[in-house]
Amino acid sequence: MRFRTVAELVEVAETEGNKISDVMLAHESDVMGRSEEEIFTEMSRHLVVMEEAIQRGLTEDIKSHSGLTGGDAKKIQAYKKNAKVLLSGPTLLDAVSRATATSEVNAAMGTIVATPTAGACGILPGTIFTAAEKLNASRETMVRGLFVSGAIGLTIANNASISGAAGGCQAEVGSATAMAAAAVVEMAGGSPSQSAEAVAIALKNMLGLVCDPVAGLVEAPCVKRNAMGAAIAMVAADMALAGVKSVIPTDEVIDAMYQIGQSMPVALKETALGGLAATPTGRALERQIFKTVDESL
Amino acid sequence: MKYRTIFDIIGPVMIGPSSSHTAGAARIGRAARTIFGRVPKRVIITLYGSFAKTYRGHGTDVALAGGILGFDTFDKRIVNALEIAKQQGVEIVFRESDELTTHPNTARMYLEDANGNMEVVGISIGGGKMEIVELNGFALNLSGNDPVLLVLHQDQYGAVARVATVLANHEINIGYMQVSRKEKGSEALMSIETDQKVESIVQNEISDLMGIVSVTVL
Repeated sequence: MRFRTVAELVEVAETEGNKISDVMLAHESDVMGRSEEEIFTEMSRHLVVMEEAIQRGLTEDIKSHSGLTGGDAKKIQAYKKNAKVLLSGPTLLDAVSRATATSEVNAAMGTIVATPTAGACGILPGTIFTAAEKLNASRETMVRGLFVSGAIGLTIANNASISGAAGGCQAEVGSATAMAAAAVVEMAGGSPSQSAEAVAIALKNMLGLVCDPVAGLVEAPCVKRNAMGAAIAMVAADMALAGVKSVIPTDEVIDAMYQIGQSMPVALKETALGGLAATPTGRALERQIFKTVDESL
Repeated sequence: MKYRTIFDIIGPVMIGPSSSHTAGAARIGRAARTIFGRVPKRVIITLYGSFAKTYRGHGTDVALAGGILGFDTFDKRIVNALEIAKQQGVEIVFRESDELTTHPNTARMYLEDANGNMEVVGISIGGGKMEIVELNGFALNLSGNDPVLLVLHQDQYGAVARVATVLANHEINIGYMQVSRKEKGSEALMSIETDQKVESIVQNEISDLMGIVSVTVL
């Protein structure tokens, strides 16, 4: 075991003068008894699946079975091309539309990579493909980004949680946002400690986020939370690259996320009993969707 | 460590929309089919907790059916698994239960054909990972990550030692082992996770031991 916490991960990387992606590759190779080359090839295939999902979401007419989601990724791209003024900027809107595209494809039973879950599958593709375009990064750098995010995801999963049912949306979309922020920092040439700061900055802004899906489906508000997760990840990465540091150390932020998840009521942990799911509109949609589905059987 | 490999975090590649309710369900179905050893004629699936409440919207039903047909999490045929099952002459019935279970995402599957039947309980623990927690009434804990040897045997002294000796003779290391029984002196089940693959010659050697009822390798 080379690392159990983010602090240990950073220490190993910086002592060896390596990147986080190097440490993760060596670690995976040790633990699973596979060659680094084989592991890298498998991860490259995951990147291809992500790329195809983005492409589908941005070009095809995607609609989920329930009818709750689909088509927003295309809307955001069209707006980006045609609007006279962009309030947040083209890079952020690219990340947001790609994250939305992937999440929409997921909701419509398309093929995606769970990162770390299917409910949070848009954030990593959205940020990594957008950062790569901006940085003119190679395919290898992008795959390395996935190893960075995997290293962060493993520590969060083993020390806290990546399950909405166990820890709320902060554990799914929150973890994915933190993972993505760390990845794009390394892609942009940042140090391992800057990646760790990006994790802390991103995750702090997701703390307390509840899992309250309308009708229990991975659609509303999940798709939009993926969109905003991508935006937070990009900004958190920029802040960390600027040298901004988190007052609370990264591992303590992760532990706080876990503790908050433990004290979160069950109604707000993927049961569709509280939050947005329990609003009058949420309930009305639930009745409407399940009636429609029943009739179609 | 709950999560060992990076591909638990960046993966699986899967058909949406939910890693726990779709990918995890497909893996439970596939594990059930592997343990059964063949395509069943009839399957009764009882869903509990969140599985029971949201299975249609999440495609948990098609994912479980797809798993029974042997489809992996990324197999696009999952979407049409119920129709494909019908075409292949596999009858699949779903039941919803209000009964409380330890884990919110639980499925109990009864599989049968002319040659026999089997009942297995699986839970989906998040991110596409699953565990098989019960087989024919025996409690167990299978993650499906490592090769597993299931040995049904008479509950009497020496059975475990005899099986372990065969494995040792073939230089197969045991990573995790559990023995479960319904009552003292009846039948018991050993589930043994091994670091090395258990070849059929080893299986046959174990089958021939005294007091062994059946041997299955997953």
